[in-house]
Amino acid sequence: MTMPHRDLLVVLASLLAVLIVASAIGYALHRRLSPDGQNAVVENLNDRIRAWWIMVVLMGLALIGGKTGVTLLFAFCSFAALREFITLTNTRRADHWALAAAFFIVLPVQYYLVWIDWYGLYAIFIPVYAFLLMPIIAALRGDTDHYLVRIAEVQWAQMICVFCTSHVPALLTLQIPGYEGRNVLLIAFLVIVVQMSDVLQYIWGKLLGRTKIAPRLSPSKTVEGFVGGALSATLIGAALAWMTPFRPLEAAFLSLVIVLMGFFGGLVMSAIKRDRGVKDWGHLIAGHGGFIDRLDSVVFSAPIFFHLVRYGWSAT
Amino acid sequence: MRAAGISLAGVLIVVVARFITAVRGLWDGVAPTDEQRIYFANHASHGDFVLIWTVLPRRMRFATRPVAGSDYWLKSRLRWFIGCDVFNAVLIDRERVSRANDPIRIMTDVLDQGLSLIVFPEGTRNATEARLLPFKSGLYHLAKARTDVPLVPVWIDNLNRVMPKGEFVPIPLICTVTFGAPLRLAAAERKQDFLARAEQALLALSPKATAP
Repeated sequence: MTMPHRDLLVVLASLLAVLIVASAIGYALHRRLSPDGQNAVVENLNDRIRAWWIMVVLMGLALIGGKTGVTLLFAFCSFAALREFITLTNTRRADHWALAAAFFIVLPVQYYLVWIDWYGLYAIFIPVYAFLLMPIIAALRGDTDHYLVRIAEVQWAQMICVFCTSHVPALLTLQIPGYEGRNVLLIAFLVIVVQMSDVLQYIWGKLLGRTKIAPRLSPSKTVEGFVGGALSATLIGAALAWMTPFRPLEAAFLSLVIVLMGFFGGLVMSAIKRDRGVKDWGHLIAGHGGFIDRLDSVVFSAPIFFHLVRYGWSAT
Repeated sequence: MRAAGISLAGVLIVVVARFITAVRGLWDGVAPTDEQRIYFANHASHGDFVLIWTVLPRRMRFATRPVAGSDYWLKSRLRWFIGCDVFNAVLIDRERVSRANDPIRIMTDVLDQGLSLIVFPEGTRNATEARLLPFKSGLYHLAKARTDVPLVPVWIDNLNRVMPKGEFVPIPLICTVTFGAPLRLAAAERKQDFLARAEQALLALSPKATAP
């Protein structure tokens, strides 16, 4: 393993500093407003900060671990997300082998292809091969009840949870002239912009939020929160241009794309939750719902970010 | 050495169960305490008592023994090891019930040592579309034999989709194990009334009971 790049260490140290400040504020609020845990907002905030610690430490270790670390981390995230997604679908007994293939063949193969950097295959493996082979496996079992719904759900689950998510580690395979050895910072950039956008939308929404954007999907999202969060996250993205191969204006544009995709990704995943009558995808992280609740914005922005960077900056 | 192997296997089974099902225990009407209890659960898969075991706090695991059919668990060395050594199952012969081999007697002997039991009153794995098979009378006879031990309903949700009867590759899906408020046999309660009450108490814990 090579020494992690200095820029990465700077980013991780800054994140730790932010978290330490956040934890200190959270503790002070807890002491002043909620010593016995009676203030739900403060307790929820502290749960979130604790979950942030876990996520930053895991992300940090993965980024320091380089390609193997990042690929393994996101393969596990894909696994956990797929587990949450399939739990909410209408699968039947006859889908057993198709589902086993999704978890134990499609997922590992996709991440292996990303790991060995076979772009020509990982870019079409799920949209073409899995898309055509899975319904065949399901059809062979002969159960035609809700057949189209069942195979569509499984394909959608694989596209979202495996295909899209795998574009985060795929960022490491881009060959950008003058940026060699620093690709993990692209992942840090993507994740920081997405997560800052989520947090800032929450904060702007709490401060100014009045007009609901999509009251049926997500009652907490407001126009004011969205605009404020999107603009401030775009500014943060522009300020992070030093860690990317982009100029500040380019970084701002890419951040805006990431933020918009992330926001609408969150809405889409909320629509699915409403459809299924659940509030959260899972219960893995206290205060954060399930894996998909945390990943939804990254999942929607990662493939677009990947292809924009590949088209505009990559040598291949 | 052997003890280490058994506890290692126990840890391994719990890790695999969590990996596949991310199982959560929901204590809804009863707390995880050391009180002696008879847990009665729905039965869809051989993994049922693995999940209950996984969500029980560690110290309760060793004071809780599942009741299982000897016809299945004595069939191979591996099943013997998992059933008898790891889970310390109380094996009963479902085929040849006689006075010399009275399953209720075997279970009350275990209760008299102060241990808790996990029983599956449907008597067999439910492979039907019905959420619950009609209870066999064993639960009633057990409750009658030890009226002081509370009966706790335990609903295991989704495990039938993880591993349907006859499949051997598990599908990772999120499962929950819900523990409900305890029941006791009322004085002079008739057998069918008690069994119906126990079935209702268990079904009420199913998430589908509240969903539209």
